[in-house]
Amino acid sequence: MKTYVCIVCGFVYDEAAGRPEDGIAPGTLWADVPESWACPDCGVAKADFELVPV
Amino acid sequence: MSLSATGTGSDASQALPLVIVGAGLAAWTVARELRKLDTQRSIVMLSGDSADFYAKPTLSNALAQKRSAAQLVTTPAAKMAETLQVQLLPHTLVRSLDTAVRTLSCEDATGQSHSLHYGDLVLATGADPIRLPMAGSAAAQVQSINHLQDLGRFHEALGAAPKTVLVIGAGLIGCEFANDLLIGGYSVHVVDPSPRPLALLLPAGAGEQLQDALQAQGVVWHLGTTVQSLDADAASARLQATLADGTSVQVDAVLSAVGLRANTALASAAGIVCERGIVVDAHLQTSVPHVYALGDCAQYASAGARVLPYVMPIMNAAKALAATLAGQPTELVFPLMPVAVKTPALPIVVAAPHPAQSGQWTQDAGVEPGAGGVWRFVDEAGQQRGFVLTGKQSARRMELAKTTLL
Repeated sequence: MKTYVCIVCGFVYDEAAGRPEDGIAPGTLWADVPESWACPDCGVAKADFELVPV
Repeated sequence: MSLSATGTGSDASQALPLVIVGAGLAAWTVARELRKLDTQRSIVMLSGDSADFYAKPTLSNALAQKRSAAQLVTTPAAKMAETLQVQLLPHTLVRSLDTAVRTLSCEDATGQSHSLHYGDLVLATGADPIRLPMAGSAAAQVQSINHLQDLGRFHEALGAAPKTVLVIGAGLIGCEFANDLLIGGYSVHVVDPSPRPLALLLPAGAGEQLQDALQAQGVVWHLGTTVQSLDADAASARLQATLADGTSVQVDAVLSAVGLRANTALASAAGIVCERGIVVDAHLQTSVPHVYALGDCAQYASAGARVLPYVMPIMNAAKALAATLAGQPTELVFPLMPVAVKTPALPIVVAAPHPAQSGQWTQDAGVEPGAGGVWRFVDEAGQQRGFVLTGKQSARRMELAKTTLL
């Protein structure tokens, strides 16, 4: 499981945790997050996230 | 010396560079959004600092992330400039602006002066921390953190050993820093004249929950009072803060987080209309054609003549402005923009109603004790105009946003 961070606001998407409030189940791989999903804190597109090694 | 090509006529603004003053989130986002629409336009960016890109909201959770100021930089300035094809002039100060001839006068790090001709100008000059007047021999040691460099200085002042920090201001930034300092192992005192934290943003019940949650993790609150003086104590090499209620607190560092004031100096001196910020219309244009402003320095017509801090307004403004600059005039319409307060002791999401909106806060019944809370701002007609979610309820942002009307 990997972690991705929004390059604009620092919001973290953790694959293990998913994002249940946006309908993204725990364990959802980043590749499987819909392209239409946007950062809940600042609205940047999925394409503007970066992979962060944790 | 002139850095730009000579213009071919007064209406040839597209042939002259777009000049952006500033290199914060607003400035870089305009450049990034414009490049999605226009790969040809020459873009020049002027920055007083190095212009490295970092996520500003991470300033107030750097300790929790175990990152130094330098480690918060996500993309070095040179890489940003190369990727976005921007001619970056870092460590350059803009001395004056003459809008009649569309020229900026600047001074680089070596003290050399330049004049720079623009076709369109974007002011993204940000905001400066408000400094409260304070008596005492150590008043000058009060720090604010509004830039990456400020965070580095603050960490230096703290040194290695866990210490005690006094935070002035229990607003969003003050509470976030207080929580981050707790996570970093510091003892934290917070002073604010309000009766509870986030008093301007939250209904009383939500503010009290945050007060209790931070207190349970160690914050010592000094509410309903102010700092009168800060003195150096030679014997202990510490700082002694004297509060208006008579309390005296020994601390090692003082962090002020009492708000920001838009940096309007350049615009104002150039005769551009400024009030609380640089006044811009729905197209982000100032009172002068070809001069635009956005971010913490701007006072938005699209927000009912308010200045809007936070990241979401910047992203929306930058997208609209980039489209306008690319030749597709686009009015800025702000959507509902809930703000996440990064206080892990009690996560909070706030969608604040417009300040002029009448109505009142009502709390949802039936939320289990300890599971946070839900507050809705409801107008006379029963329409929801804002909401606050705390604790576990903060996950319900999407659901509450759907039923909220701006």
